[in-house]
This record gives sequence, C-alpha cells and structure tokens, in this order.
Amino acid sequence: MKQEHGMTLIVKTVTRISVWLILLYGCYIIFHGHLTPGGGFGGGVIIALALLNVMLAYGREFTSNWLNIKLLHDVESSSVILFLVVGIFGMALGGAFLYNFLDHGTLFHLISSGTILPLNILIGIKVAMSLFLVVWVLSAVKEEKGDAE
Amino acid sequence: MIIPYFIIIPLLAAFIISLIAGDKDEWAVILSTIATSFLLILSVFSFATMQNETIVYEMSAWKLPYGIVLVQDALTSFMLIMVSLISLTSILFSVSYIRNISEDWKYYSLFMLLVAGMNGVIITGDLFNMFVFVEISLLAAYSLVAFGNRAEEFEASFKYAVMGSVSSTLVLIGIAVTYSVTSTLTFAQISIEFQNVDHDMKMWIGGLFLAGFGLKAAAIPFHAWLPDAHSSAPAPISSMLSGVLIKILGVYALIRLFFNVFNAPDFFLTLFLLLGSVSMIFGVFLAIGQWDMKRLLAYHSISQMGYILLGLGLGTPLGILGGVFHLFNHALFKSLLFYNAGAVETVAGTRDLRKLGSLFKLIPITSQTSMAASLSISGIPPFNGFFSKLIIIIAAVQAGQPVFAFIAVIGSILTLASFMKVQRYGFRGEKNVEIKGEIDWRMNLAMITLAVLCLASSLMIVPGIKEVTLDPVVSVIVGKVSSIQSILGR
Amino acid sequence: MIVYILCFALILIGLYGVLTKRDLIKIILSLGILGYSVHLLLILIAYRKESLYPILSEGKKVVSMVDPLPQALVLTSIVIELGTTAVLVALAIRLFEKYKTYDITEIRRLHG
Repeated sequence: MKQEHGMTLIVKTVTRISVWLILLYGCYIIFHGHLTPGGGFGGGVIIALALLNVMLAYGREFTSNWLNIKLLHDVESSSVILFLVVGIFGMALGGAFLYNFLDHGTLFHLISSGTILPLNILIGIKVAMSLFLVVWVLSAVKEEKGDAE
Repeated sequence: MIIPYFIIIPLLAAFIISLIAGDKDEWAVILSTIATSFLLILSVFSFATMQNETIVYEMSAWKLPYGIVLVQDALTSFMLIMVSLISLTSILFSVSYIRNISEDWKYYSLFMLLVAGMNGVIITGDLFNMFVFVEISLLAAYSLVAFGNRAEEFEASFKYAVMGSVSSTLVLIGIAVTYSVTSTLTFAQISIEFQNVDHDMKMWIGGLFLAGFGLKAAAIPFHAWLPDAHSSAPAPISSMLSGVLIKILGVYALIRLFFNVFNAPDFFLTLFLLLGSVSMIFGVFLAIGQWDMKRLLAYHSISQMGYILLGLGLGTPLGILGGVFHLFNHALFKSLLFYNAGAVETVAGTRDLRKLGSLFKLIPITSQTSMAASLSISGIPPFNGFFSKLIIIIAAVQAGQPVFAFIAVIGSILTLASFMKVQRYGFRGEKNVEIKGEIDWRMNLAMITLAVLCLASSLMIVPGIKEVTLDPVVSVIVGKVSSIQSILGR
Repeated sequence: MIVYILCFALILIGLYGVLTKRDLIKIILSLGILGYSVHLLLILIAYRKESLYPILSEGKKVVSMVDPLPQALVLTSIVIELGTTAVLVALAIRLFEKYKTYDITEIRRLHG
C-alpha cells in the first residue's frame, strides 16, 4: 500500500476508533469537576491530546482539512472573554468579582454549585485549544525551512 | 468599586485584540491606546480621592481569612500611576517602530498581558496570588524580548528565561516554608503569626525571598541577565522592562514583603545597604567602558537600582522618601533615554557610538530631550535626579553611615562622566551620518512628554505638594506591620 | 524525615542539571525536574497523620482529612510551568535555525 503522510495503517485504524472515546473521557472529567478531582485544566489537556493524536497519526494536511484552524483560534479568544463577562455579572448582581450568583442546588447532583460548572467548561475549552495550537505552530517551523513566525 | 478593573481592562483588551484583528494592526493600536489611557485616568482618579485610607476588596465575596483580598493604599496608587504613564508613552512610541519589523497584532496582545500582570502584582494582598501575577508578566516579557527575530534577541531571551525560572523556583520554596510555619497566605495574617516564628526560620525565609526577588530586581550578584536582555530587545520594550518591570517585580515586592509583612528585621536592612552600594559601584564601572549605546544604558539601570536599595536599607523616613522618589524619577528618565536610543537606531541604522556623530543638526528634538535626560540621571539641578539623590545622601549622613554617602557621591560623578561620553560621541561628534529612516510624530510626542515630566516632577519635593503626593506613600512603608494589619479590623 | 531529605536531593539534582549541562534541551528538562520537585515538597507539607483524601461523597462520614490548600497551589504551579516550558522550547527551535547548533558554548555572540 502506498503511504504518503502519517503513520502505518494499524495506527490509523485504531486512532479512528479511539479518538472519540478519549474526547468523551475528557468531557466527563470537565463536567464532574465539582464532584471529583480534575476539573477544567485536566479535562482540557485530555481533549488536546485527543486532537494531537489525530495530527500525529494522519499528518498535517489531513488534519487541516478536518479541523478549521481559524475557528479554533476564535473559540479560544472568545472563551476568555466569556469568563470575564461571567465575572462582571457577578459584580453587578452580588457584590464582588466572580461572585457565585446562580442557584446552589442540592449536594452531589450534577447541576449544582452555581457558577463553578460553566467556568470549568470555559477553562477546559481554552486549555484544549491553546495546547493543540501551540504544538501545531511549533511543528510547522521544521517543514517550511524559512522565516516562519 | 473600581479596584478589580485594573486587571479586567487589560485582560479584556488583550483577548478582544486577538479576536477581531485580522492581518493588519489598526484595530490593535486603537484598542490598546484606549485601554491604557483609560487605566491612566482611573489611577489618577483613585490616587486623588483617597489619601491616607486603605480600601479592601474581597474576591468572590468570601470573608477575610479564607479568601483572596485586593488591597489599595497610597503606595499602590502611586505605583499604578507610574505603570500606566510609562505604558501609554510606550504604546505611542511603538506604533511606527514596530511597523518597521512587522505589522502584527501579537505585539499589542502580549503588551496588554504584561500590563495586566504588573497591575495584578501591585494590587493584590495575598502571597500566592502575587506569585501567579509575577509569572504572567514574566511570560509576556520573555516573548516580547524575542520579538524582532534576530539571533541576538533569541539568545538573550533564552538566558533571561532560564534565570527567571530558577529564581521563581526559589520564591516557590519560600512560599512553601512560609505556609508550613504560619498556615495562612494572606499578608495581614502572616504578619501576625510571623512574630511567633523562631529566629533561624526567619533567616531562611528572608534569604529565600531576597534571592528570588533580588534576581528580578537585578541587584549585583544576580544581574547577569540584564545587559543582554535590555540591550537586544526592541526599544519600547527595553523602556518598559527597565523603566517599570524591574521595579514592580523586584523592588515593590521586596518592600511589601520585608517592610509590611516581616516587620523589617535589622539583618536584612543591612543586607539591602550592602547590595545597594555594591550595585552602584560595579554598575557604573562596567558601564563606562561600553561602546554600544543600549548596553551602556542597561548597566546604568543596575547602578540606579543600587541607589533605591540604599535609600530603602537606611530605614529612616528620610531615606525611604529618597528611595521612593528616586524610583519614580528613574522610571521617567530611563524610559526617555531608551526612546532616544531607539530613535537614533531608526535614523542612523547602528547603535555603536564610534560610528555616530553630528546628529545634533539632523534630529534636533531627540538631541535636546537626550540632553535633558542625561542631566537628570547625573543629578544636575533643576532636574529631578538632583533632588532625589541629594535626599538619599543627606539621609545616609543623618543615619550615621557616612561611608555610604561617599560611595553615592562617587557613583554620581562617574555617571556624569559616562553620559558626557554619550553626548560627545553620539550627538556632537564630527563624523557625517547618512539618514536611513525617519522619526514619526508619535515618537517625538512621547519623548517631549517625558522630558517635560522630568522637569515637572521635581516640583513634587516642594513642601506644600509633598504632603499630598509623597508623604502618604512613606507613611505606609514606615508604618511597617500596622499599616497592613489595619485591614483586619473591618 | 527521610522523605524530606530525598526531596531536597531531587531539588539539588535539578539545580546541578541546569548549571552544568551543555545541551539546550537538557537544560529545559533539568528545569522541569527542579519545578516538579518543589511541587513534591509542597504536597509533603500538606500531609497529616492517619487522615483520608479531602473529597466528600455520598454516605461518607466526616473524619480528619489532609490539607487541601497546597494541592490547589500545586495545580496552579503546574500550569505556569507548562507555559514557561512552551516558551523555552519555541526559543530553542528558533535558536537552532539561526546558530545551527544546540551547544550553548557556541551560542555566544553577546558578551562584554
């Protein structure tokens, strides 16, 4: 079989199945951040590793057709702006910056503890996009062999 | 309550620039200018409306021993005015300077992160929060030093990054030891529990923090990163680093920790005196032999930091007044000197003093402002450098340390000699220099503003105005532990 | 007691690596060892004798737990170390493009 980019056929087949499971596991860790250890940062790193798995197994060209790199960049910037907007809402409604203004709910349920769940999701998105884009940009320098920024 | 806006505004500006700027940088320039001028207005307003009181703001409305607090008193507002003033002139200068390198919005986004990190260091009242903001501003500084894509800039930035990481590790070990003996992280609580700690542990903790933050302030055993980093960086970044960053991350953190939290033990004040005097002498001797203009200015930064540490180490109110006043003046005239060096490099294409000459007729505004800044740094009246150095020398004599006063006078004479060298070879030589670039109107505006402020800030020592501007700052530092424990009474 | 001595030995190993190695990548790895050993010191300070992990779940009785505050400090510090390592690696790649070597004794254009 003629191989152009990326790794062998076995790696590509296993990646095609397992990438969705890794993404699901990352989302589980983000969503249960207020009940079990983990939270935004740990879950975000796992999602970034899933996307990097695709990039390593299939090569850069296939990944840039599958994902929209410009969209990832915009999502990353807007998640930080949304985090600061949630904080400013806390200032307007409660008393201080990042005040917990939503309903606290009952203990040990998934939708509980106020604004901790949305903030965890925003941090998870930001960390995932950042780590993936950092490794993406660093690996572009070797191929172009010139003055890449 | 406007305290958290000093962090929110630059962070919002940084990420909105990243979102909406396309390939050109027009939106980036407009947004960053709006953000920094808004910060300047807010900081002047907050300094004018509160004189001797301390405002406390609890983040997420958690009560005091359990949450993170933001504290604003007179020292905080003074530093905030300094940071926003220098960053506004730096944005003005860098619009056309950076367009020669590349038209990129990433510079403005990183610059806003640097300003946000420095503001966070100033207004926080919690030990680990200060560490986090120090790391944020250092990350932005490592990337900005390497912005011009030349080989020397990468080498200088790598050296700076490795040494900065080791010193941050030392600070983290200090935080770990402090937490294990006092079991709290708020400044006010630590100052209460610290009296029960035995003497050896106080020496360890003080030594770790002095080594860690002393590297960021470029005192003499820890100065080796500064000449490379400040001379290879682009000119507006050199002025931000040398003008505000080494003061906020180094000297302000040392003041907060040693005067307000640890109650200024005598052993460490003596160490400040020794480090300050050694920095003064070695900095000036290393600076005289330099032929590269920006490297000479970078070595002078080490020497002037020695003056500030000497003034603080004396411990008397007059000495602290001299140290704080010299901190403000040095930000003004050192930034102006780095802008002049950047303008000379844009016009003549080189920084080597042996190849320059007769620039006095070609670029008159740069030459006149550089003469004003050189007279300020050497201590000639009526510029502001004279008054601050005089106060430090008189305070040294009054405190019974005439040796340090003599060393300060020698340092001042050698500074005058090296700046006469810059003026003679750089601006009034005999060679003819061909023009390779032009100076924008924004660069001229930034330089003229700082030169006028160099003259105007010497009015701050007049007895009527001194009560309003400098005395509240000195009383916060002299009040040592009681001025930070007053927040516990709420 | 012996655990603290081993932790200090790790800090000294990391410091030795930063000071004496000549290769750029080995300096970055030694900085990583130095950072992680300080995190280990922070976690060791938080230990209390005969206590459980500090997470409450359904049907669990409240007994003495270890101190959870240094664990939050270590999480934050790991994120900061990640950012610094990313900047250092990017600088190392650009240095190799300009100087064509990873050896720090040959990257010495700035001196004096």
